[in-house]
Order: sequence, then structure tokens, then C-alpha cells
Amino acid sequence: MFNSCADPASLEGLSWLLCYLTTGKHMLFYGSFLVVIALMLITAPTALLFGFGGAMAARSHLLPLRWLGKAYTSMVRGIPDIAFFLFVPFALDQGFEYLRHKVKCPDWDTPVRQGNDFVVCAQAKLPLSSSPQWMHEAYGFSLAVLAFAVVFGAFAANVIYGAMQAVPRSQMETAEAYGMSRRQAFWRILVPQMWVFALPGLSNLWMILIKATPLLFLLGVEDIVYWARELGGSKTSAYAYPHPDWRLWYFIGLLAFYLSLTKLSELVLTRLTRRLSHGQATMAGEAQRRTA
Amino acid sequence: MKKLILSTAALALTAGMALAGSHATTVRMGTEGAYPPYNFINDNGEVDGFERELGDELCKRAELTCEWVTNEWDSIIPNLVSGNYDTIIAGMSITDEREEVIDFTQNYIPPASSAYVGLSADADITGVIAAQTATIQAGYVAETGATLLEFATPDETVAAVRNGEADAVFADKDFLAPIAAESGGELVMLDADVQLGGGVGLGLRESDTELKAKFDTAITSMKADGTLNTMILKWFGADAATY
Repeated sequence: MFNSCADPASLEGLSWLLCYLTTGKHMLFYGSFLVVIALMLITAPTALLFGFGGAMAARSHLLPLRWLGKAYTSMVRGIPDIAFFLFVPFALDQGFEYLRHKVKCPDWDTPVRQGNDFVVCAQAKLPLSSSPQWMHEAYGFSLAVLAFAVVFGAFAANVIYGAMQAVPRSQMETAEAYGMSRRQAFWRILVPQMWVFALPGLSNLWMILIKATPLLFLLGVEDIVYWARELGGSKTSAYAYPHPDWRLWYFIGLLAFYLSLTKLSELVLTRLTRRLSHGQATMAGEAQRRTA
Repeated sequence: MKKLILSTAALALTAGMALAGSHATTVRMGTEGAYPPYNFINDNGEVDGFERELGDELCKRAELTCEWVTNEWDSIIPNLVSGNYDTIIAGMSITDEREEVIDFTQNYIPPASSAYVGLSADADITGVIAAQTATIQAGYVAETGATLLEFATPDETVAAVRNGEADAVFADKDFLAPIAAESGGELVMLDADVQLGGGVGLGLRESDTELKAKFDTAITSMKADGTLNTMILKWFGADAATY
């Protein structure tokens, strides 16, 4: 990065450290923090969407839809995360490729499964073998987002389902008495009031999501844990910057990162709870009304 | 108008063919990136090492466009067979168990020694031995009756010896030699080398016979003109086994 870093062997002390911390590999490490934050920011709303859909399905009046909602939440919640993460992205990837294979290469005569091998035609590969590496990484990242969203969506569905049940029945009865249809009562009365009941559960999920991001590493996305381990490991003179085992320092860095992230989240969530309680028929809402 | 349609169709067809042609020649090379000097991620964040140099040369000779990808050692075979990349070039020894799942080219490193490294020359090699998961060394330690301590990465196996968790680490001698030499006397190479495996080869899907033939030809040509030996000596030192 700096001109003075051209010959690492001649450097000492602080200038060595400065050059060491600005190598291309360290830049990738710093970049991976953004990847983790992006993952959380994309996954959270997606999971919320899955959760909302799941909760709505579980409350549906149509029996098959209700079954679907219940089956989704209970199945996903019952499977260990690691097993789920090892299976789902692989299955999704092969499923997508199989479908593309059927569409793009209809006259392919050899089987897709040959012994242990999964072979689709070159045009059906996702992404294509010839696409640049960043597309492969983006694809892996989106599979990860999808897997995270499905898992956390199932938990969110349960939380939201419970929150919807917690809204006092009399609120809905009053809405109906005013002549609102079921749909109107749902969107105008139930949904705005349920958030305050859902928030404690959802904030828990957000915290767990933050802590679950190192699972990315299982999916082949090079996240902060991968780079911390890779950079911290002892290095021989095959590398330009040899050093002993420094994993401790890198992991302390990760600790600080995760702690500050959870602390920040707590601050935001506390403010959000206060806002959502405003004007609600709950104890917190009542307390706010009295002090005002 | 008719001519226009015809020529666009012809253009689309040739473009399609050119595209199909370029698909066929991009080979994704899967490696671990944590096993110097075989393969490692250098300070610029790129794959480097003996296998990088060798792989690039093989691709040049076989006239293939190659792209480097890194993958965890644990899942390096499953990701090959499911088609995420096309070869494994990661210091993988040719063994019968692996031959059942994937195919290997002829070896590009002759069968080499595996060695123990401990904190002192009298370290107990029947005690607790660290080795990387799913390697021939891990299999061997399990057979000797020593207590096997497995780790996901090679670096962690060495760290386990340094912090006293294991009595010794068992791995490829070419990997351990520079580590022991540069440890300032902390780590000692034990005098108990073992010959394991049938050398190191490129791993390929069993259905990929065409690609295997291409790499085999390229390796043969590198063995014949001596460039492979030069490369081995460059990365593994003057004592390394050559062809």
C-alpha cells in the first residue's frame, strides 16, 4: 500500500506493523467486516418477512395453509442450525442447477448423478464456471442469506404468532363493531399493536443472529472468523511478514467487534421499545401516559 | 429484411458457440490455502506456493484458462463432486479410500516422508499426537495406537504442540521442516519418518475423464523436460525427493 512497504524484511517496529496491517490480505480481512454487517442487514428484514408470512399462514382459516405455517415453524426450529446450514445451501444449489439443466440442456443424455458426482451441463452451472470470482462469492453469499432467513424466519414466525395472539381480543371486537372487515381489522388494529409484544422476542433473535454470523464460514463465505484464523496463525518465512501465533490478538479484536455491535443493538432496541409502547394499552404505554 | 434476420440469427449462433467454447475451457482449481509451501494465501491475499506455480504451468501446457478458489479442507471433496470447482490441487495424497470417491492424475510429487515434530527430541510419539482431520497422517496415527487429536487446519496442529496440548504433530515433512527450522529451537523434528501414500496428485471428478487426460499429459511433459524437478527443488529445498 505504501511505497516504504516494498521490502518488508528491512522494516522494524512501528513501520513494520503499519505495513503488516495494510497488506492486501488485511484489506480482505477489513472488507469481511462489511460482509458480516451486510449479511445481518439483509437477513434481518428477509427473516422478518419469512416470519410474518409464517405467522399469517399459521393463523389462516384455510387448513392446508395453516398446516404449512405450523410445519415450517416446528420443522425448522427442531433441526440443529449446523445440520441445517450444511444441508440447505448444498440442496438449494443443486436444486437450482438441476432445474436450469432441465431447461437449458433438454437433449443431454448422461445422468445428472454419476456415482458420487453431480454433473450438469456447462450452461446450467450456477454461476457459470467462466464467470468472475466475485459472482461466485455473491452467489454463495445469497445462498447464505437465504439459509439464515429460513432458519431465523421460523423463530420469528413463532414470536410474531404469539404477539398476534397477545393483542387483547377486545381490540379486535371493537374494530368489528365499528364495521371493519377482517382484513381491515388485521392490518389497522392487530398489526400495529402486535409489534410491541413481538419486540422482546425479535430483539433476542437479532442478538442471536449477530452471534450466529460466524456460521457463514461453514458455507464457504470468507468471513471475519476465517480471516482472523488465517491471519493469526503462525507464519514462516514463506510469507513476507513472518510472525508467531497471533490468533489471540485477532480473536480479541473480534470479541471487541461483537461486543460493541451487541451494545449498539441494545441501545437501538431500547429506544425502539419506548417508541412502540407510546399510546399502547400496555403497562409501559400506560406508564408513559402518566408521566406525560 | 430476410437477410437481416438471417445474419442476426447467424451472429447469435456463432456468439452462442463462442460462449459455449469459453465455458468448456475455464477450469476452477480448488485448493486449501493453508499449507505452506504447498499452497497458501500470500500477503496480497492471493493463492501462492508450489501448487500455484505448478497449476498455472499445467494450465498453460494444457491450454486451459484456470481460476483459483479456496475451500476448507474438511469439505474439499464434497464440493468437488457437487461441481463447485473442477480440480483439487491441495497437497492431497493419493490413497485407496479417496480413489473410491474421486479420481487422481498421476502424482506430481513423489511419495514423500511424513514426520513428527515435538518440543524435544525425546517427545513420546505414542502419546497424544496432533494431525489434520481427514489426512493420511490422521489415519496413520489412529492405527499406531497413539491418542489422535484432530484439527481442521494444519496451523492448529502445530499450535497444539506449542501450547502443550499434544506431545507431537504428525504431518508431511515438507510442511513441518521450515516450521521446525524457524522456531528458534522451540520445535524439534523427531527422527521417526514414515512413508505414507502414493504421492500427491490432482483430484478430479470420476466423470471428468477428459480433463484428467489433459492434466496427465501436461504432468508427463513437465516430468520429461525436468521443469517439475526444478520446481520441487525451488519450493521444498535441495533435500526434496524428485523424479
